[in-house]
Amino acid sequence: MTELCDLAGHELAARLRSGEASALDAVESSLARIEATEPEVSAFLARSADDAREQARTIDERIAAGDDLPAVAGIPLALKDVLTTRGVTTTCGSRILETYVPPYDCTVWARLKEAGSMLVGKTNCDEFAMGSSNENSAFGPVHNPWDLTRVPGGSSGGSAAAVAAGQATWALGTDTGGSVRQPAALTGVVGMKPTYGRPSRYGLIAFASSLDTVSTFTRDVRDAATLLSAIVGHDPLDATSIQRPPEDYTDGLEGGVEGLRIGVLRDWLGEGVEPGVRARTEEAIGRLENLGAKIGEATLPHADYALSAYYLIAPAECSSNLARYDGVRYGHRAEGANVIEMMMRTRGEGFGDEVKRRIMLGTYALSAGYYEAYYGQAQKVRTLVLRDFEAAWEEFDLLLSPTSPTVAFPIGAKADDPLAMYLSDVYTIPANLAGTPAISVPCGLDDQGLPVGLQLMGRALDEATVLRAAHAFEQDLGFDARPPLLQELTS
Amino acid sequence: MPVEIDIEHVARLARLGLTPEELERFREQLGMILEHAERVTEVAAEDVPPTAHPLPSSNVFRPDEPRDGLGREDALANAPDREGDFFKVPPIVEEAE
Repeated sequence: MTELCDLAGHELAARLRSGEASALDAVESSLARIEATEPEVSAFLARSADDAREQARTIDERIAAGDDLPAVAGIPLALKDVLTTRGVTTTCGSRILETYVPPYDCTVWARLKEAGSMLVGKTNCDEFAMGSSNENSAFGPVHNPWDLTRVPGGSSGGSAAAVAAGQATWALGTDTGGSVRQPAALTGVVGMKPTYGRPSRYGLIAFASSLDTVSTFTRDVRDAATLLSAIVGHDPLDATSIQRPPEDYTDGLEGGVEGLRIGVLRDWLGEGVEPGVRARTEEAIGRLENLGAKIGEATLPHADYALSAYYLIAPAECSSNLARYDGVRYGHRAEGANVIEMMMRTRGEGFGDEVKRRIMLGTYALSAGYYEAYYGQAQKVRTLVLRDFEAAWEEFDLLLSPTSPTVAFPIGAKADDPLAMYLSDVYTIPANLAGTPAISVPCGLDDQGLPVGLQLMGRALDEATVLRAAHAFEQDLGFDARPPLLQELTS
Repeated sequence: MPVEIDIEHVARLARLGLTPEELERFREQLGMILEHAERVTEVAAEDVPPTAHPLPSSNVFRPDEPRDGLGREDALANAPDREGDFFKVPPIVEEAE
């Protein structure tokens, strides 16, 4: 029998409404799965079992009273530990915030809580969301439920693994250069990054402010549409939040891909792509064509330079944002004879390797004499990437590629080679630079039995088309493989 | 060619206390990363305007209405050190002899 924690959110919601299950049953199912799998997976940094149970009881009372509940009510949720939660530690996977208890909620959690969502815990991540493997967490790596010796991807690796392992029905992460789509691909779940500015960034502890986007991990595309609908919409507390009301992305989800023009980024299927990833992507293209999509070849001519531009822009914004960790108002403080010595020691002790590397890189790129050559030039390249997308939208409604050039790699494989790690994000970064919505949807397993993700990118604010196509593909493929860890558990 | 960096200068600007071993490692790694990142300079973009933000937006205004901010105790709750209602830090200005 399928356990409640293995259902998609919309399936669970139906059972809550029919009275087959209670919200408390749903929470207990998730908490039991966390107990059973957490020793192997290590997806969580903090658990909030008591709060979740309390939220569940409230939902059950409302159901009993006949209230019309929002779609996300009574569904167990996990949040990446860069999203502030009032009263629940929020560490960003960093020693420098190890004991930080936020005095306020981020807007996306405030909205979900108001709608009856139940928080089971805060998930592990690369320190300050900087990384592609979750190995940069100060609190140890997350293990991929599909193969515990491999990474779940990153930086939102804990959220991805939690959803893949049934520890939470769905989860939020943040996608700055692929940090939701890449781990979704590597753990066989759906990862949806909306348009930059569509969900509020208020309370998302900043890494790179012009790129950071709250994004979703779900079991299927319908859930992505549901969860996303609950978090988007203008927020006066975030000046970069788009002035548009929320919309219901489940409307029109069943519309299919008949006549939709999909541009395949052929250049991204050549050298450097694993054979298994290429094979599943090619099959996906065939499947979409059979469903009636018009397939053509697309290019983003400046995509080759996007990675280089990103690794100047993101570290530059990071070095500026992370200046706030000075040992004065919150977080770790080291001893020092004067304030400068205190700050230097605090930051030297509190930050891990990758964060230090990016602060240094960004500080250099912004420093006198180098600003124009590096940061200024990277911003111009960003314009060219944006123009590439604009040109592509004249011919196509969506762009298609693999999400990641590889499947999940072994823990430790790239740990000593930052540049090799950065290349994990080569296909996801362009959508961040351009701010466009993009999804990773499972498209099968490679011959080692590891999940492969298909990426679909759409026009700014056209989440609906991205979701509609991903849904049609997903329904046609019928991907129902489960991580070996769960097969052992429930057999 | 890996890029040569005055790593001690950058660490000072960033207020990062790094060990000699870290300085050496970052000098080497940043040199390699910048060699890759420098590829942006190959793109002819003299007359291309920079993009700081993916979506066009100008000044965003909201009504200037008073509302509650973070309370004093909430704001001080995470302070590593405090004195009364103040954040307390080590000396900033050295006392004159």
